[in-house]
Amino acid sequence: MNRKEKSEEIHKNNISYNESKKNIAFKDQNLPTLSRRDFLKLSGTGLFVFFLVGGRCEPLVSLQGQTRQREYPEDFNAYLLIGEDGRIRCFSGKVEMGQGIKTSLAQILAEELDVTLDMVEMILGDTALCPYDMGTFGSRTIKYFGPALRQAAAEARAALIELASTELGVPIDQLAIENGFVYDVKRPSHRVSYGQLTKGKRIERYLRSKPQPKPIETHKIAGQPLPRLDAMEKVTGQALFAGDISLPNMVYARILRPPTHGAKLKSLNFDELKNIPEIEIVQDGDLIAVLHHTFDGASAALKRIKAEFDVPSNELNDENIHNHLIKMAPPGNIIDQKGNLEEGEKIASQIIEATYCNPYVAHSPIETHTALVSIEKDEVKVWASTQRPFGVQSEVAQALGVPASKVHVFPVYVGGGFGGKNSNRQAVEAARLAQKAGKPVMVIWTREEEFFFDTFMPAAVVKIRSGLDPKNRLTFWDYTVFWAGERSSQIFYDIPHYRVLSRGSWSGQQSAHPFNVGPWRAPGSNTNVFARESHFDILASRSRIDPLEFRLNHLSNERMRRVLLRLADEFGWKPSPAPSGRGYGLSCADYLGTYVALMVEIDVDAQTGVIKVKRMVCVQDMGEVINPEGAKEQIEGCLMMGLGYALTEEIHFKGGKILDLNFDRYEIPRFSWLPEIKAIVLDNKEVPAQGGGEPAIINVGAAVANALFDKTGIRLNRLPLNRKGVLQALKEKK
Amino acid sequence: MKQKISFYLNGQPLILETEPDRPLLWVLRNDLKITSPKFGCGEGYCGACTVLVDGEPLRSCQTEIVRVNGRRIITLEGLRKGDQLHPLQQAFLKHEAFQCGFCTNGMILEALALLQKKSKPSRAEIIEALEDHLCRCGAHQRIIQAIEEASKMMKGGSNESKREIGRNT
Ligand code: FES
Ligand code: FES
Repeated sequence: MNRKEKSEEIHKNNISYNESKKNIAFKDQNLPTLSRRDFLKLSGTGLFVFFLVGGRCEPLVSLQGQTRQREYPEDFNAYLLIGEDGRIRCFSGKVEMGQGIKTSLAQILAEELDVTLDMVEMILGDTALCPYDMGTFGSRTIKYFGPALRQAAAEARAALIELASTELGVPIDQLAIENGFVYDVKRPSHRVSYGQLTKGKRIERYLRSKPQPKPIETHKIAGQPLPRLDAMEKVTGQALFAGDISLPNMVYARILRPPTHGAKLKSLNFDELKNIPEIEIVQDGDLIAVLHHTFDGASAALKRIKAEFDVPSNELNDENIHNHLIKMAPPGNIIDQKGNLEEGEKIASQIIEATYCNPYVAHSPIETHTALVSIEKDEVKVWASTQRPFGVQSEVAQALGVPASKVHVFPVYVGGGFGGKNSNRQAVEAARLAQKAGKPVMVIWTREEEFFFDTFMPAAVVKIRSGLDPKNRLTFWDYTVFWAGERSSQIFYDIPHYRVLSRGSWSGQQSAHPFNVGPWRAPGSNTNVFARESHFDILASRSRIDPLEFRLNHLSNERMRRVLLRLADEFGWKPSPAPSGRGYGLSCADYLGTYVALMVEIDVDAQTGVIKVKRMVCVQDMGEVINPEGAKEQIEGCLMMGLGYALTEEIHFKGGKILDLNFDRYEIPRFSWLPEIKAIVLDNKEVPAQGGGEPAIINVGAAVANALFDKTGIRLNRLPLNRKGVLQALKEKK
Repeated sequence: MKQKISFYLNGQPLILETEPDRPLLWVLRNDLKITSPKFGCGEGYCGACTVLVDGEPLRSCQTEIVRVNGRRIITLEGLRKGDQLHPLQQAFLKHEAFQCGFCTNGMILEALALLQKKSKPSRAEIIEALEDHLCRCGAHQRIIQAIEEASKMMKGGSNESKREIGRNT
């Protein structure tokens, strides 16, 4: 196994490790009980192809570490159905959160089965219609789904041709498909439609062997920019998000919240609510809420509850958090290593050390967590803004003490997730209140609740020790990341001696964080890439070598070289050691198999300390590209969102109290920040489609920090690169 | 104290009896089931709840219902005429000027108000008009391109697309 394979192998293991840990963290224990037979019974007649997205379903590990029996189908989590209407439907528990997955997946189907796009339907995230799925985590959807779907479609095609062979009395190799028909190539008018072939029959295929999908060169639909299927509803205001659903008799709940995390209720007084008509007070243990048939009515009533809390003392704040995290870190795991650090240190002529850190960062989707729950005779109906419909299903079932098969989560559009909607507290709250109140309850978190309960990107620290030899080549790399996780910390540069250590993760039980933390778009990578690529720039500038050249000197990885060289070309990068005064910055990274690099040009206002990013050029090699327009859109979105964590976003807190609770204090990117953005997607047909929803964000922090250094000679090792930090550094420099 | 309040909603006259200080956003969403104005922050910071009142973009979460008495409200639902999409909607479609689509309501209506005042705004003017509309998905570049395109379409377009929404319905 060569080094690259080895690192990919490690990579893979880490992913699966994370996945299983995540299951523990999410307490996915009350599993659906839909049996395989029940499930298939639901689905009627037609041609079915069952398949699995994302490799074997891992056994779930319960909190005690025992493997639980799964009662729902284990060997598939998605299926295709071709019914007698000839339409092609795909059912999957994934959800559409604005990544455009519905469209890109439909494209694959239309391509493989040679039908027009309007003959294809993607049914996503409905727990009653779709087989179990763990959830939609960022960019993995296309990466795993695309290839599996393509194979399932190829299987369906093979089955249709077999059926047609009997039906038409023509040998299989003389048959072809076109536009929803199977026809005899010698006599094209001799044909039969998909609908006729499947009518009244029930054919089941399981994707085990690998049929040959259509060769990529013949693709007409996949790989072409096409408008998104969800688009029309979104521009006309018809798209239904969870909060847009309404049911007869439903009420809105506002819930009494503590002022800080960890505060305990001391006293409670509802006197002021007595004379307000139409208000209902519901108390279920620690869950106290007022209900009203309008959201504003419930909100007004909530203000009149008199509640006192005991607030425990808490010494932690946004200034001392990083020392605390280092102190609390467990010994950790070695993620990647080679050679011997001592050897590397011996041959070094200079040692360069630095520490990097980032604060807590909020997801802040514009849609807050929302859920409507209606408990009916035979079924609990749920509409929720979630990335994990099946997670909602099991959590609601558990809260209500009903079997998961009785909980039906309906699909709705989700107004942005970015990892924050893996956690479904609001749905459990709505369910508990609905049970108590005996009517449907809608919970819509306010922006303050959204910030309070967010599972932030973890604050984290990275320490790097490294050495250069007299020829300005890296001799060793000793890297430790605290509490962010290891993603994108693996080494793709040529370094003879290195060790990458990860101490404490964002997932799992043990946490030193004072709040909930969780996956934030590209979890761990924003921390790791900021540190590594900032450090590479420091090394380059110590060597008096252009930052791009310095990287290329340490890079034999052909895919990354190709990305960087193309980027330099598109950007118009002229070599110069930094600081050059131009304000150019560079960063490159590997994100779960996607190679991505970014160059930026910035300006700094010396009066205000504000960094203005003027230009961003990003090149991404994500393997075969399914929907180039969608991929570009994702990259642009990543870059724009990335400016937030790079420049302003930080959760301030003190004594357990979160101080940033709305967009007045918590600044996310705005129109005036918009740089000139150029996104280039390299179509690399030799590598299967990789995810595109996350990678491009991970370079933004380092690229801007490096550009700041190039412009001013100031090196900031702490994100965000806000006005205050820049001004202070400018002052100190003088 | 409840009060009778009347206004035009997407051209339809309407009377309702409610407390005068209620936020327009929740009267629209809860009482009238008009769900295109979205709740994003409740404090006037994000713009997701925008509606047009006599052609002016207002944040409905910050607007007491009594303030729209006798006025004309347009929401995103009111933009298209039958099957005919408004040029802004067409341009948003063409440029895929959204991802999750939660901010789209505010973006389109604010842009509409801008284009009605100034048919050919500069890029700087578009940015200024949209500065207090937040989009977390980062669709900013496409939103601007869509508005620029709509501006072109509306200038040379049919009477249909030139119709002044909200003023003369
Ligand atoms: S909800 Fe009204 S401005 Fe945000
Ligand atoms: S498209 Fe999601 S917030 Fe703008």
